[in-house]
Amino acid sequence: MTTHPDPAVRETPGAFPAAPAEPRVATVLPQGGPVDAGRHVDAAPAADWTAGVDTVSQAAGTPEELQPYAELGLRDDEYDRIRDILGRRPTQAELAMYSIMWSEHCSYKSSKVHLRQFGEKVPPSDRLLAGIGENAGVVQVSDELAVTFKVESHNHPSFVEPYQGAATGVGGIVRDILAMGARPVAVMDPLRFGAADHPDTARVLPGVVAGVGGYGNCLGLPNIGGEVVFDPCYQGNPLVNALCLGVLPVDRLQKKDATGPGNIVVLMGAKTGRDGIGGVSVLASATFDEGSEQRRPSVQVGDPFTEKLLIEACLELYDAELVVGIQDLGGAGLTCALTETAASAGTGMRVWLERVPLREPSMEPHEILASESQERMLLVVTPEKLEAVLKTADKWGVLATAIGEVTAPSADGQPGRLLVTWNDHVVVDVPPGSLVDDGPVYARPMREPADLILLQADRAETLPRPSTPEALRETLLRMIASPNLADKTWVTEQYDRYVLGNTVLAQPEDSGVIRIDERTGLGVALSVDGNGRYARLDPYNGTKLALAEAYRNVAVTGAKPIAVTNCLNFGSPEDPGVMWQFAEAVRGLADGCLELGIPVTGGNVSFYNQTGAAAIHPTPVVGVLGVLDNVADRVPMGFVPRGGGDHDQLFLLGDTHVELSGSEWAWVTHEHLGGMPPQVDLARERVLAELMAEAARVGHLSSAHDLSDGGLAQSLVESCLRRGVGARIGVPERFADGSLPFVFLFSESAGRVLVSVPRGHEKAFTALCTERGVPWELIGVTDSASRALEVHGQFRIGLDELRQAHTATLPRLFGGPEAAQVEVEATRTGTTTVAPATAAQPVDVPTAEDAEPADAEAQPEPAAVDGSPRSEAAVDEATGAEAAEQERPTTEVTADATAPDAPAAPADPGDDEQSAASDKR
Amino acid sequence: MTARVGVVTFPGSLDDGDAARAVRIAGAEPVRLWHGDAELHGVDAVVLPGGFSYGDYLRCGAIARFAPVMERVVDAAQGGLPVLGICNGFQILCEAHLLPGALTRNQHLHFRNRDQVLRVESTGTAWTNAFQAGQEILIPVKNGEGCYVADTATLDELEGEGRVVARYVGGNPNGSQRDIAAITNPAGNVVGIMPHPEHAVEALTGPSLDGLGFFTSVLKHLVGTPA
Repeated sequence: MTTHPDPAVRETPGAFPAAPAEPRVATVLPQGGPVDAGRHVDAAPAADWTAGVDTVSQAAGTPEELQPYAELGLRDDEYDRIRDILGRRPTQAELAMYSIMWSEHCSYKSSKVHLRQFGEKVPPSDRLLAGIGENAGVVQVSDELAVTFKVESHNHPSFVEPYQGAATGVGGIVRDILAMGARPVAVMDPLRFGAADHPDTARVLPGVVAGVGGYGNCLGLPNIGGEVVFDPCYQGNPLVNALCLGVLPVDRLQKKDATGPGNIVVLMGAKTGRDGIGGVSVLASATFDEGSEQRRPSVQVGDPFTEKLLIEACLELYDAELVVGIQDLGGAGLTCALTETAASAGTGMRVWLERVPLREPSMEPHEILASESQERMLLVVTPEKLEAVLKTADKWGVLATAIGEVTAPSADGQPGRLLVTWNDHVVVDVPPGSLVDDGPVYARPMREPADLILLQADRAETLPRPSTPEALRETLLRMIASPNLADKTWVTEQYDRYVLGNTVLAQPEDSGVIRIDERTGLGVALSVDGNGRYARLDPYNGTKLALAEAYRNVAVTGAKPIAVTNCLNFGSPEDPGVMWQFAEAVRGLADGCLELGIPVTGGNVSFYNQTGAAAIHPTPVVGVLGVLDNVADRVPMGFVPRGGGDHDQLFLLGDTHVELSGSEWAWVTHEHLGGMPPQVDLARERVLAELMAEAARVGHLSSAHDLSDGGLAQSLVESCLRRGVGARIGVPERFADGSLPFVFLFSESAGRVLVSVPRGHEKAFTALCTERGVPWELIGVTDSASRALEVHGQFRIGLDELRQAHTATLPRLFGGPEAAQVEVEATRTGTTTVAPATAAQPVDVPTAEDAEPADAEAQPEPAAVDGSPRSEAAVDEATGAEAAEQERPTTEVTADATAPDAPAAPADPGDDEQSAASDKR
Repeated sequence: MTARVGVVTFPGSLDDGDAARAVRIAGAEPVRLWHGDAELHGVDAVVLPGGFSYGDYLRCGAIARFAPVMERVVDAAQGGLPVLGICNGFQILCEAHLLPGALTRNQHLHFRNRDQVLRVESTGTAWTNAFQAGQEILIPVKNGEGCYVADTATLDELEGEGRVVARYVGGNPNGSQRDIAAITNPAGNVVGIMPHPEHAVEALTGPSLDGLGFFTSVLKHLVGTPA
């Protein structure tokens, strides 16, 4: 159906306001640019119609013409705004432009009011060269160098067409980075899918992974990390986020402003086709329903080869200082690039649309303006440099075409207008700013989801827990094999992590680490994290937890975290519950960044991630970037092989509480989601990060691994398997009884790190911890000879059995590559990569200091730390914890005896909310 | 004088910078060569780097083979110039008929990137004389179309003449016939290898330093050859 365009008609049918032709003609007159206005006015409308071209003069003359704005996703009042702005009905092309520029995806109309906090709560930073509002934030990391990074979503396209959706997601974010003047140097991909064993996941995941790899590999960008998460809530709406990192000389920073009237507007890159038309409005800004399959034509098709050439061409143009301004073409294609470049400079633009190289000659003006064909950039160049620009493009075999020129602001100081002609017909005559800045802004209604209180009351701490060594052993093997905790090699080995030769750390390490200056060893560390379950239980703290984890993952490598990017994946903003979750998440991220003292440099919002009424868990994905003055100091996650009975000591940093709600264990073993996520203390995360950087710099650490999903057990297994080194762990006394060993191994308390410290460094390291006020505890030793993970008095599991359990899951689910290879890599790197990991660090201390080779007697216990200045405090911590755990054994009985589905309210002592929670029930 | 080793950049070459770095670390002077430039600028050896030349359109290496610079490379190779083709470079050498056989889609149909153990079978080439025969080395493999195939007669000939330069050990990553990872021409100056020695030349960024041997080998070879 087509809604009547005229509000008057809508309200009082029959009453048509007459359309005075004369004043309208004025609006047709071009603001500069050699267009003979007269002929348009004279041009026979009928002829235009049959030609299918709706010109400005046509629009002026036919105000009552019905227009399909509703079908294009515009509301009545939005359409009226357009008519007010133009003083007439929009042409077909203009309507298309407004509909995409005012879509949720481009205008952020629902999120703007909340995102302002990132600007308001920004901590002081002298590093920020470009922030929110630019294509990507740019952060200075040395006198000469800056880095830029950003994460974006390509969720809906990837569900409709997994390979192309994911591939063009990578392509899009890479162009954002390129547009800042940077050379893209790495990518990361946080991915979320439905249940691992669901048939449709077997369709989506392999396509997405192949698309990410197919595009990124062909571009020559190492893929250094990301996430692969499974949860039924993403079944109808997988999340495909893509992050790109770029490096630039500080003085090569590019602007998007189309300054300088008379400058030439050049379109460079691929030809423009019909692909991706309406991608942002049709796909990104609407909820999935039946018939989403028919949207496949809205998904763009990528050509990484063209993008690779585009990258090289652009970098050559930058270095030769041939461009005044540059903007990538992504969502909303040419429309977005033309209006944003002009609006940011306050200038106007004159574009000859017929000059745009087309794949399909039959394309109409509105299609050319709306097309989201990939691998295109818009350049603004001075006339005298045009030839040099075209020459460079030609060298790299990319198409470059002058399609228009920058025009002056109008005499009265008003910004210029965007005037687009197509074969001499004026099809667009608009104020560019009206599309970019004057879009609608909504303060949508928000309401805490009704079910949240009940959800939070249903705590996982009351679920039955394993309390025997056998049960604990079985639980560990089951956990490390569960899809979310299992080894992801099946996915990551489809990505090139070596190209460019600067990858110092890549998945499965906590962070990707890239060397950006071969001369000085300067590098950056990057991690992206998110936990939809935590955010579902508490969007505010859940988002802080995501920030904390990414921050910690960067810190454990020894890097100093300096900047944040984010991709906020949520359901429909028209649902007050979702809108509340979004507001809470943004507040949490803004507050968190303020507390950590690192700014949000940019990001992306993805709404309408739901199929029908079912929204995904609120899923804020947070990326943190850190700096390493010398990448040789970076600390890997794997235990280091030692000869001659030598071993490293294992310390657990941070406090372990009984925090199981929202945990991987609750989900895997009870399919339970409820309670409150772990506490997050960003002040302590900050102290921990400073400690890690210092310890890494002076060489106290041979390995460091963040604790998160799956708790200590998961980190131990990963650190053992990385290089095939066993470990022997002693359960601290206060965790000795009942199911407390389980809590010690599987609690997901935040702010914790597992580190291995070479012999001879223990005293200095623990003294440093004490000095910084970071709780530490000696929990065991590495054991290169045993080839097993042993938890004293509980269980002993051989590394081969662990590796089998950990690596078999994804190949079993998705077929293809066998998992056995990991062992080879592990052992071989054990003999080789060791060098860099420890060369800069006096790891192999004189064996004189090695007293007895560690054996069962040498099993560390809390007592072992007595006498060290920290011990008092340590004991206090312990007793404090013990107090909380006193009644544990008795409550164990209650809890264990309770059926999994029963609330078991009275269980779990030392817990204030419990009573309140049970009251609410 | 230090040897000058050319590294060709085709549109879509990706590991050209890495190859140049490896040449430099090995102690030679890398010289960047452009695909459209029918001129070798007097280099002593040439590396055809990995990547997706011309987007792998038509067939991997099929278009690059016709690049102006390749005419010179082919002539020079037939005259004994040491040429190393890595990954896409290997594919180009096969397309250019400097090496027999072809590289096809990995058997499992996935791109695969892993640290791979190889056994050096022939040390008689310009690019492997620094290794011990039978030596096992660890270097990254990363390809989507690295499955080496040839007819039985060709395979037997390669084996018989000791022209299988390296084999995959501990798992064949792409289904290559007879686990072949690298081969050479009868003269031993042209070597094609699917894995990436240029990614194993720095302890900080590679799984080992084993890749360096390929680049130091050519220097030894050049010293031995009268200029």
